[in-house]
Amino acid sequence: MKLLSLRDVYGETLVELGRSNPNIVVLDADLAFSTKTHLFKEFFPDRFFDLGLAEADMMSTAAGLASCGKIVFASTFAIFATGRAYEQIRLSINYSQLSVKIVATHAGLATGADGYSHQALEDIALMRVLPNMQVIAPCDTEQVSSIIKTIAQIDGPFYVRLPKISLPKIYEHFEFQPGCSVVLREGNDITIGAIGPMVAEALEAHNILKSKGISARIIDFVSVKPIDETAIKKACIETKAFITCEDHSVIGGLGDAVAKVILEYKPIPHFRVGVQDTFSESGDHTDLYNKYGLMANHIANYAIKLLDS
Amino acid sequence: MENKRCDLKMKELQEIARETRKDIIKMINIAGSGHPGGSLSCVEIVVALYFRVMHHNPKAPRGATSWTDRDRFVLSKGHSVPTVYSVLSRMGFFPRDWLWKLRKIGSGLDGHPCMIKTPGIEASTGSLGQGLSIANGMALAGKMDKKDYRVYVLLGDGEIEEGQIWEASMTTSRYGLDNLCAILDHNRLQIDDSIKNIKNPYPLAEKWQSFGWEVVEVDGHNFDELLKAFEYSKQVKGKPTMIIANTIKGKGVSFMENQLAWHGKSPTTEQCELAIKEIDQP
Repeated sequence: MKLLSLRDVYGETLVELGRSNPNIVVLDADLAFSTKTHLFKEFFPDRFFDLGLAEADMMSTAAGLASCGKIVFASTFAIFATGRAYEQIRLSINYSQLSVKIVATHAGLATGADGYSHQALEDIALMRVLPNMQVIAPCDTEQVSSIIKTIAQIDGPFYVRLPKISLPKIYEHFEFQPGCSVVLREGNDITIGAIGPMVAEALEAHNILKSKGISARIIDFVSVKPIDETAIKKACIETKAFITCEDHSVIGGLGDAVAKVILEYKPIPHFRVGVQDTFSESGDHTDLYNKYGLMANHIANYAIKLLDS
Repeated sequence: MENKRCDLKMKELQEIARETRKDIIKMINIAGSGHPGGSLSCVEIVVALYFRVMHHNPKAPRGATSWTDRDRFVLSKGHSVPTVYSVLSRMGFFPRDWLWKLRKIGSGLDGHPCMIKTPGIEASTGSLGQGLSIANGMALAGKMDKKDYRVYVLLGDGEIEEGQIWEASMTTSRYGLDNLCAILDHNRLQIDDSIKNIKNPYPLAEKWQSFGWEVVEVDGHNFDELLKAFEYSKQVKGKPTMIIANTIKGKGVSFMENQLAWHGKSPTTEQCELAIKEIDQP
């Protein structure tokens, strides 16, 4: 299966946007070659600022630029964007409702060999809790391109989380809308909701379950906030159990967002696949997914257990 | 579009400063909480900026119909916002009676600046250390758009203990933001002790100079010196200017001056009356 880099497409889409919109400004914190914002720099050096190893400074600078009418994309690794500069995002960007699009890369265990220090496992939780902040987790390059183009046209702050790893193409064509989700496979036994790299795993789990006679509905919850409540409620009526899958802590991420809707609407058994409340470590991304229970076979086993219970 | 008052004489500025001090004391007394010390120390700085230095228009503040060429002011030491509220109301950004609802629910005047709620406020601050970066963003935008507006940012001397200030100070000089002028309210005290005893940020001028800034030191309660420094900052090319304004925390109220305890305490009604009497008859 051909794997494509979401980060490359992010950089390429920025260049495309830069051509049509002179108001686009891009900031980075000394990771431009990793986040791929360097592509924008090559074409528009006057609208690119590398603020160095100063994430807090970068986020507040983004706020100042946005307050003067710029549409600002600010990028670095997800852990530094959300952790190092949390309060700057909270006050100078989010509270002020400014048009800063935080596009963070190297999210989750899939960051791999760099280890715990570089694997953002809490970024969704940190961003979700901020009022008004929209949180998006794409699973393939088609989504990235559409998301970046769409949010550039919508006023206000966004958080977009990208993995380091390349991923298979899920969509032939995708059009992002805030709060959207996509049913990728129909099913009526169990619903599996996933984001990011876990969407491909969920699709594989669908096949494993199918071979065992279990019909799993697969939903891509690309918009973690706002979350598509209608799709969750529908699943609560039409399927018997729910599994959420994310390369993120099970605390505060997609699983909790879905659980809230299930609990308040019509409780059905729900299991959250993700990094349990524990520290991670260095390793190849598939080794890590294996150890921490994030592979398709894990998802399928959880599904079977949940349906049996 | 301009609204500064070049005709104002020193005596009139001093009169406005006195009125502003009285507003601050009254506001914080009615609110029952707030920060009189650092609000009183920066009165002349804020009055000079809004009444003599900055180009702005209270009829077209930040927002959809704003005057985009206006000068910007960022209060990085957000707890001193009573001073700014008083001056903004006097300029006509919002009605005077808002002042007496400071820190009350639905008043439009929160305990710390909010650019969404309050007309004339250019940046949401209150968590220290973020204002200089925000001001840098505004100054960068001005350079990109080839606009002539200037950006002024007021920092506290305790605030510069925040690491982000120094991250930002490198950005300002790296990009040669000569359209930015920072003012340091050097009142020498923070909440727990003197800045010297807490983290000792001295020598101030040398630090900022070594970070690539033009540095001017003035008496922060002297309009003549402040206005000359602001004028000088406009002549400086290729680098930002830092005006170190030597001030007195609690300035104008004898029992508040240089007293740690008045950093964040509301005066009683009795103390309020006494303070206003002192300000009226120094």
